[in-house]
Amino acid sequence: MTAHPAPNARADQNHTADTPVDPHIAARQKWMSVLARTSRARLEAEWSDHYSTESWNHLREPQIGMVMVRGRAGGAGQRFNLGEMTVTRCAVTLSDGTVGHSYVKGRDRIQAQYAALFDAVMLRNGSASDFIDTLANEQAAAKRDHARKVAATKVDFFTLVRGEDE
Amino acid sequence: MYVAVKGGERAINNAHKLLAEQRRGDKDIAEIETDQIEQQLSLSVTRVMAEGSLYDRDLAALAIKQARGDLIEAIFLMRAYRTTLPRFAFSKPIKTAEMDISRRISATFKDLPGGQILGPTFDYTHRLLDFTLMANGEAPAEAPQGEQPVDENMPRVLDDILNYEGLIQDEPTPVDDDAPVADLTREPVKFPAGRDLRLQNLSRGDEGFVLALGYSTQRGYANSHAFVGEIRYGTVSVEIEPEELGFAIDIGDIELTECETVNKFKGSKTKLPQFTRGYGLVFGQNERKSISMALVDRAMRANEMGEQIMGPAQDSEFVMEHSDNVQSTGFVEHIKLPHYVDFQGELELVRRMRTEVEERLAKRDAEDGISHPKAAE
Repeated sequence: MTAHPAPNARADQNHTADTPVDPHIAARQKWMSVLARTSRARLEAEWSDHYSTESWNHLREPQIGMVMVRGRAGGAGQRFNLGEMTVTRCAVTLSDGTVGHSYVKGRDRIQAQYAALFDAVMLRNGSASDFIDTLANEQAAAKRDHARKVAATKVDFFTLVRGEDE
Repeated sequence: MYVAVKGGERAINNAHKLLAEQRRGDKDIAEIETDQIEQQLSLSVTRVMAEGSLYDRDLAALAIKQARGDLIEAIFLMRAYRTTLPRFAFSKPIKTAEMDISRRISATFKDLPGGQILGPTFDYTHRLLDFTLMANGEAPAEAPQGEQPVDENMPRVLDDILNYEGLIQDEPTPVDDDAPVADLTREPVKFPAGRDLRLQNLSRGDEGFVLALGYSTQRGYANSHAFVGEIRYGTVSVEIEPEELGFAIDIGDIELTECETVNKFKGSKTKLPQFTRGYGLVFGQNERKSISMALVDRAMRANEMGEQIMGPAQDSEFVMEHSDNVQSTGFVEHIKLPHYVDFQGELELVRRMRTEVEERLAKRDAEDGISHPKAAE
């Protein structure tokens, strides 16, 4: 029952429209999104288990700020400023010069720092791929569990027979 | 004459100490932790984030604790905090069509594709106090899971279903989508205000005020009879495009409630009759606010629709100038602060006016040959 929305009206709602074609960028977007959703404790533990000998510097110290979140009237129309959210960003440099970046929701400087570090090691040689995959699977599983609980609240309408048969 | 008054400092310090003591309450009772507020008073947290216009659950919980549960005071604290932070970026417009749904209902289509998903709602509860929550507070059983997760791409009622026959107005497709977006936190509000500014104002506006105005539109103070086309609540990811990267990245999820109303419209000489729409979008789970917002948004589109202004909800200037509870509180409550000098001035003025009247009356009476004691007045 899909209809014919006005041309371009939903272009911005279409996820594929703004996904860059470059597979390297797409892969990086994926791991950055996973890292942004991973707790500081989890990142910190993984780093100290496997990367504690790594030498690195802050290119930009973790900094707390805001992003103004935008919406669209009617979900697809004119843009408007909905309100702000807190965000922490960080940039790091590994000893070989690889630069990692992070922008994560919230105000956890340490989380942002480790997210940038993992971005850097992923850019260098993808050595945290397994870790990222594990996190991505966990996040997908949590999302699926929630979506199943929500699905259990779906109404199953049934109609009572009324009146007389022909 | 201006007289500087000093001497309140000790009283103020002690008042704040007393406030802190009362905030803590009975020390035999465990102190409430901010993460308990964040988890268990989540709808208060939601309101403080929405009207504080800053999405940060931990900060909202702290503000609620500090304000002793006074949500408007907590909203004030959030607004004050946000002025201390730099703004890194504007997000790309969030995609509510791709929301991970926790709830999605339509009051206009019973058998809509994707179904009526109730989610965590107070609807259909009996509104009876549940004394088990007061007694031992047993952890509730885990909510059951459906066999299949809820649809990932839930069709949108207005755009995907109603628009099928051209029965509903399109949201005006932005011709120039890079046009500047008004921001009331940076520039003074000017009237007539565009819809971007109106929506920003309503989304952070006081829930009670927006609710009352929404209600007024239903009671006849705007001719825009509304149905709820769709309400959806859930999480969406936020994307920004940092300059140093040059591509969009996803920085995390936020919870939102979105409401789209379907409203009456008569049509005109050049247009076939068609439904019109109102839009509500707020941080967190807040259906009451998002429905109210959609009602008031639609009412404020009166000029655009060529409708006669017949109620306060249609008057954008009235609505927008009074919707902000921090601003309202500031002005309403400031009259409790010392106005000794202003009042002294008023007092002198009233005394002078009284004297003048008395003198005039006395003069007239004297001219008329009437004499009576002044006290008789």
